[in-house]
Amino acid sequence: MLKYTPIEKLKKLKIMSVLVFADSSEGKFKKTAFEVVSYGKKVAEQLGTNLVTLTINGGDASELYTYGADKVIEVKNDLSSFNAKGYAAVVKQVAEAQSSDVVVIDSSVDGLTLAPLVAVGLEAGYASNAVALPDTSNSFVVKRKAFSNKGFNNTEILTDKKVIGVAKNSYGAHESSVSGATESFDATLPELGVSSVSIDKATGKVTIAEADVVVSAGRGLKGPENWGLVEDLADVLGAATACSKPVSDLGWRPHSEHVGQTGKPVASNLYIAIGISGAIQHLAGVNASKVKVVINNDPEAPFFKAADYGIVGDAFEVVPQLIEKLKAFKQA
Amino acid sequence: MKILVCISHVPDTTSKINFTDNDTKFDTNGVQFVINPYDEFSLTRAMWFKEKQGASVTVVNVGGAETEPTLRKALAIGADDAIRVNVEPTDGLLVAKELAEVVKSGGFDLVLAGKESADYNGQMVPGMLASLLDFNFVNGCVGIEVDGNNATLEREIDGGEEKVASTLPLVVAGQKGIVEEKDLRIPNMRGIMMARKKPLNVVEATGSNASTNTKNFEKPAPKGEVKLVDNVDDLINLLHNEAKAI
Repeated sequence: MLKYTPIEKLKKLKIMSVLVFADSSEGKFKKTAFEVVSYGKKVAEQLGTNLVTLTINGGDASELYTYGADKVIEVKNDLSSFNAKGYAAVVKQVAEAQSSDVVVIDSSVDGLTLAPLVAVGLEAGYASNAVALPDTSNSFVVKRKAFSNKGFNNTEILTDKKVIGVAKNSYGAHESSVSGATESFDATLPELGVSSVSIDKATGKVTIAEADVVVSAGRGLKGPENWGLVEDLADVLGAATACSKPVSDLGWRPHSEHVGQTGKPVASNLYIAIGISGAIQHLAGVNASKVKVVINNDPEAPFFKAADYGIVGDAFEVVPQLIEKLKAFKQA
Repeated sequence: MKILVCISHVPDTTSKINFTDNDTKFDTNGVQFVINPYDEFSLTRAMWFKEKQGASVTVVNVGGAETEPTLRKALAIGADDAIRVNVEPTDGLLVAKELAEVVKSGGFDLVLAGKESADYNGQMVPGMLASLLDFNFVNGCVGIEVDGNNATLEREIDGGEEKVASTLPLVVAGQKGIVEEKDLRIPNMRGIMMARKKPLNVVEATGSNASTNTKNFEKPAPKGEVKLVDNVDDLINLLHNEAKAI
């Protein structure tokens, strides 16, 4: 019976480094960047290899050191914003230069756009939506969420090189400070093909994608004129505001706030649903959130079955009390 | 303009999800299959191009014969013809490689897909397809206009929208916004009758290797009972001390 020592096993797996792409926007790292660095660090430890973290026009590398990124490669170029072909080419060049056989990418919109291109470029198998560290005991198996959070798919990656897309807020960012070092890398950009004309971002508003807390409301709020309640509650919690599909279809709130299966997915730490009954498509879009609170005057609302905490009561009574008590709690 | 719309055949969004054969297969028993909702938004935009700008619209699916009713539905909505690549869609890269062959042999210059499928939610195939073909790629598209060889598009980004410009050929992964929900079409009787006579060509796969393999499926752990409270003090207390969410 042949037994492998860790080094022989490493040779068998032929993994030289784990490359993490830490996404940023306007020179600031996204929250998901810290999560993928934490994930990549563990994968590197598990495989007995090194972690390399790549940033493209990113933020202050010392922020990444906090999460264990001891080697940061900075690429600076004149791309003013994300470009799929451009970023994919940079990741590929760095992965090749660093002999990276595992590449870890986040599930920001950029990450999700980039990863399939990187996979083709590196001839790597790609497993998106990973919710756990890979099982590398025999082969390389990644647990992924599927069926709109109604199931998981354990996917074996068969190729030598592997790309893992980490689902948002599934692994978490874990501090593990190191004294890191930064290198710069000159990457060659291909013809970009798609050019950015303009970017329209709401400033000073917490986005659903980045929010730790999301406050969402449905038809139970009776009309758009009552949304002040939702916004006040969101303000107290530093939360993003969202709504159910009927509310956006009725034009009470913009489509960009619609969360659920065909709207935006939510994977926050805390999701508070006010006056939302909980249609199966809504639940599919939000049940990746860690803690769900439902406030509804109908005790039979299906959302209560999917919730962690609930108050059966009139939103117009409960929410103002909640705002007031939370203000006191935050000040305490 | 020659448009190809990629169609996934997926369980209706209200389906109960179960697995069989030691959790290695999705249980199709009692499941209604539909056009992937994300693809339907893109197909509807393609119909607009056909009617206003004289484009041709072909729909394609990679899958077994059981997906043909879904392709017929796309024909009933108004696509001109359909192609089915006869292989199990077990892996994103495998599907993208088969689609790339279809695009090359058909000379398509605009490929529209949904940004993800409602079953595996992988968000893999459109980007892989663009990369294999070396076409431009716009993901999360919520608006597209084409004028000759030039396209202007809006795409969703974290916290906002970006307007981009691209030339054809182009792969676009669409979502709600590329058309609105109210623009979606329910096939009428005439459409359904006509769809029966439209060509649905079955092509054999090129036999490329899969890069991944599903070992098995799991269902989420059963959720605990909801804790109902009757005042907001208790709620804040639980969220702070028990759930550690605030």
